[in-house]
Amino acid sequence: MRLNYPANLRIIKVPCSGRVASIHLLKSLEEGADGVLVAGCLEGDCHYQSGNLRAKKRVAYVRRILEDIGIEPDRVVMYNLSAGMGPRFAEIAREMTEKIRELGPVPRAGASAGRPAERVPAGSHNVEEVAA
Amino acid sequence: MIKAKPKPIGEIINDIKGFEKVLIAGCNGCVTVCEAGGVKEVEILAAALRMYFTKEGMRKEIDETSLTRQCDKEYLQELQDRMDGYDAVVSLACGVGVQFLAEMYTAKPVFPGVDTCFMGVTEEQGHWTERCQGCGQCILSTTGGICPIARCAKRMLNGPCGGSENGKCEISILVGRDVPCGWHLIFERLKTLGQLDRFRYPSDDKDWTLSRDGGPREIIKEDSRQ
Repeated sequence: MRLNYPANLRIIKVPCSGRVASIHLLKSLEEGADGVLVAGCLEGDCHYQSGNLRAKKRVAYVRRILEDIGIEPDRVVMYNLSAGMGPRFAEIAREMTEKIRELGPVPRAGASAGRPAERVPAGSHNVEEVAA
Repeated sequence: MIKAKPKPIGEIINDIKGFEKVLIAGCNGCVTVCEAGGVKEVEILAAALRMYFTKEGMRKEIDETSLTRQCDKEYLQELQDRMDGYDAVVSLACGVGVQFLAEMYTAKPVFPGVDTCFMGVTEEQGHWTERCQGCGQCILSTTGGICPIARCAKRMLNGPCGGSENGKCEISILVGRDVPCGWHLIFERLKTLGQLDRFRYPSDDKDWTLSRDGGPREIIKEDSRQ
């Protein structure tokens, strides 16, 4: 389809979104990503029956942790889409990148202080994508 | 096994905010099974704490470890060489492990990372329920294998109280979930076993000094002692 989506999205392939553990999401944020998007299969369509539902719960759990430590929960989101939904994937990727750009980078050691938008030039935020 | 649940992160943050180098110590025993304090939970808590303190601009070193058990000295001793490098420890073991760790490393502040709840079973993954209160004098042989001490809110010994209704304990209203009446369960079980005549005779008095009323308890098995 030759669809374009933002180049700062790094795709990590997993056999099923059920493989995504809470620590993978947190480590991504801790070690460089400013947001993580979990792309699982449509609900009811999991090849392993409930992998995407497990991922959904883990994403919700990590969002609660982020809220507890004062980091925007919207940095970790899950979308459900099938392999045939390429255009929707590109759209979600753009939406997610925009959202993360608005939120700014996750505060990291050594980062200069200031408003998030001023810290890093627009367009350089990292979004990590976990696709199943 | 002992069941516990993770403490709110805010509570742990509050405990350790005054220390620079903190070790998060998990336990690969009971708290791993109930997903409160094993390797995975240590990783998650440590990552969350590092992110929080970085966000707050506070310089902290938060390391992770997990011991086979924290209720045995030989495993706690594994930390001996590293302990000097830390200002405080957050133990994700049950209250037993937290205390034993604190006893061994007396100069080190040790904080609990979980709320220890009860001795219980895994109903299904993510659902644990209480079965034993460690009363020190097991009466399961007379109650069809269902414990009235752990499963009756009033620890009745000779049948249900007036608050049992349709098999549910009156405490259900207070706690907001259906709690089966322990004695209803016992009655049904004894009926199945054909042992309902158990109700013809009152239980012997229970010696509560063997439970918590006797203060902290100990067991000595002479033939095992070194």
